[in-house]
Amino acid sequence: MALNVTDLRVYYRTLRGEVKALDGVTFSVADGEIMGLAGESGSGKSTLAKSLIRLDGRMRHVGGTVELDGRTMPLSDDIGMDRFRFREVSLIPQYSMSALNPTRKIGKMVGELLDSRGERPDRAELERRLELVGLSKDVLDRYPIELSGGMKQRVVMVVSTLLNPSLLIADEVTSALDVSSQKAVATTLLGFRDRGLVTSMMVVTHDISLVYQIADTIMVMYAGRLAEKAPADVLVTAPRHPYTKQLISALPEVGVRYEDRRLTGIPGNPPSLLKPPGGCRFRERCPLAFDQCAEQPPFAEVAPGHFVACWKAE
Amino acid sequence: MLKLDGVSKIYRVGAFGGRELKAVSDVSFEVGEGEVVSLIGESGSGKSTLGRMILRLASVSGGTITLDGRDITSLKDRKGYYRQVQGVFQDPFSCYNPVFRADRVFAMIKEQYFPQAGADEWRKRVEGALESVRLDPGNVLGKYPHQLSGGQLQRMLIARAVLLDIRLLVADEIISMLDASTRIDVLNLLADLRARGLGILFVTHDLSLGNYVSDRTVVLRHGKIVEMGRTDLVFGDPAHPYTRSLLASVPRLHAKWTDALPEDMAEDVPCAYHEAPRESRTRPGLAEVEGNHFVACSGCGASKIKEKA
Repeated sequence: MALNVTDLRVYYRTLRGEVKALDGVTFSVADGEIMGLAGESGSGKSTLAKSLIRLDGRMRHVGGTVELDGRTMPLSDDIGMDRFRFREVSLIPQYSMSALNPTRKIGKMVGELLDSRGERPDRAELERRLELVGLSKDVLDRYPIELSGGMKQRVVMVVSTLLNPSLLIADEVTSALDVSSQKAVATTLLGFRDRGLVTSMMVVTHDISLVYQIADTIMVMYAGRLAEKAPADVLVTAPRHPYTKQLISALPEVGVRYEDRRLTGIPGNPPSLLKPPGGCRFRERCPLAFDQCAEQPPFAEVAPGHFVACWKAE
Repeated sequence: MLKLDGVSKIYRVGAFGGRELKAVSDVSFEVGEGEVVSLIGESGSGKSTLGRMILRLASVSGGTITLDGRDITSLKDRKGYYRQVQGVFQDPFSCYNPVFRADRVFAMIKEQYFPQAGADEWRKRVEGALESVRLDPGNVLGKYPHQLSGGQLQRMLIARAVLLDIRLLVADEIISMLDASTRIDVLNLLADLRARGLGILFVTHDLSLGNYVSDRTVVLRHGKIVEMGRTDLVFGDPAHPYTRSLLASVPRLHAKWTDALPEDMAEDVPCAYHEAPRESRTRPGLAEVEGNHFVACSGCGASKIKEKA
């Protein structure tokens, strides 16, 4: 098992109290698994991704453990986490287009970065990796401003995976790109796993149809908790959680027209995470809600590899 | 209703504006009453520039834009034009001043356009407009922007446009910042407004959204129209290789990307424009391959020979 997360809770400190952005999530990612992590804004997906790499000043690790390859990660110990960052867990940030130092040539910046981690840069390997994502070695002598958005994105992808991390977290890496570059970036991610440069991967996105193209499994979050995790095909064709069902039926697809089939959204809004209601958090918007939903349903395995947090999912 | 005829936009770029960048070149299409036209293109295709020119936020470098036969760039009565044409943009959060309550946008409309309206009458009209975008007035009036969700803010901006009793709405990427579960509500809302006779220009980079809501589709690339026509024809049987490759890259839910190599702009790909008979070239640079379905040249060999000659 590459990654085991047990009952992880991370809260944000605000003036009005603690926002329970991540409230007890338990799941694991197997070796070689690409897991898509989907959810709407405020579902806690980015908080989960950030928690595994660095808690910022407002975030507090309240409970739960994270194990990577059998070693427990010290989430709230900023310096202790340095042993894991970049080598074991690496991140492709959401705005990677602005993640490059504008005053350094790419090659020099990569050298300095490796130096800070006590690693020797291997120029030949770096060039080989750039070639893998379709960049020529000339980019090393260029400044970030000389590269297009898609090229910068690919440079960051190469840099993030340079030390062959065990877990790669890609946070909304395709959302700022055009459809054709989206496809190229997504297939590059797939190539990293297939070539063994990274062991497993968490792809955070709000776009289920995109992550479906490359992920083995998809996990859906709602209001700080897990709703459903299943193999990608199963989740898309036979979802069991009412939230996943409604979410998937609300996606317009090429070929679906307003006159032929009018899609419906999900009425209502997610609950506030400042003082979330007890029990299932989807209860208020759920068409199937009944008395038992006042109690939080467990994230139970209903079929091999298919976990659902709903009393009515059989 | 709205007609674009050979519209171009040239930006001056470089240190002293010495170089020219043609963002839009020779674009012609119409938007009728009660019609949704989607303008689809990748970044840099000129789709937003076109929307801004129609809203008079950018000057027109060439060609004409007319509303009911009158050139909009020479209209003296700017206010009168904005009574008929309004825009809604991508980021609803940046359209509100966080210091004031969100419904100030309605009060500003009253001040500018309806100073005579009585308070009671105006309140009824605001509530009517909010109900038409399916918002509960009690829920949103008197709130500050941070207390409302992106979908609610976006719908309030549409309600603001509806208050003016407009005839044309330019919707520039209004869906892309919204969550999946509220996205579809805003799309359905556009379809409802269309049924009331409103013409809508729906600017988007998302093909599935454009396909869902629009009657006609215009596909732009590098500022030029590559294909346009009835939405079901353009998406059902795309004639231009660029449209085909765009469609192939759209992630879908029930089909994975195939490993087939994308068709590039190779010279051996048949060019629908040059294969079509000469008399079907009814618009400059576009051939009508079937009723209401136009396509441009795919950049094939025939056009290169012509360029050399």
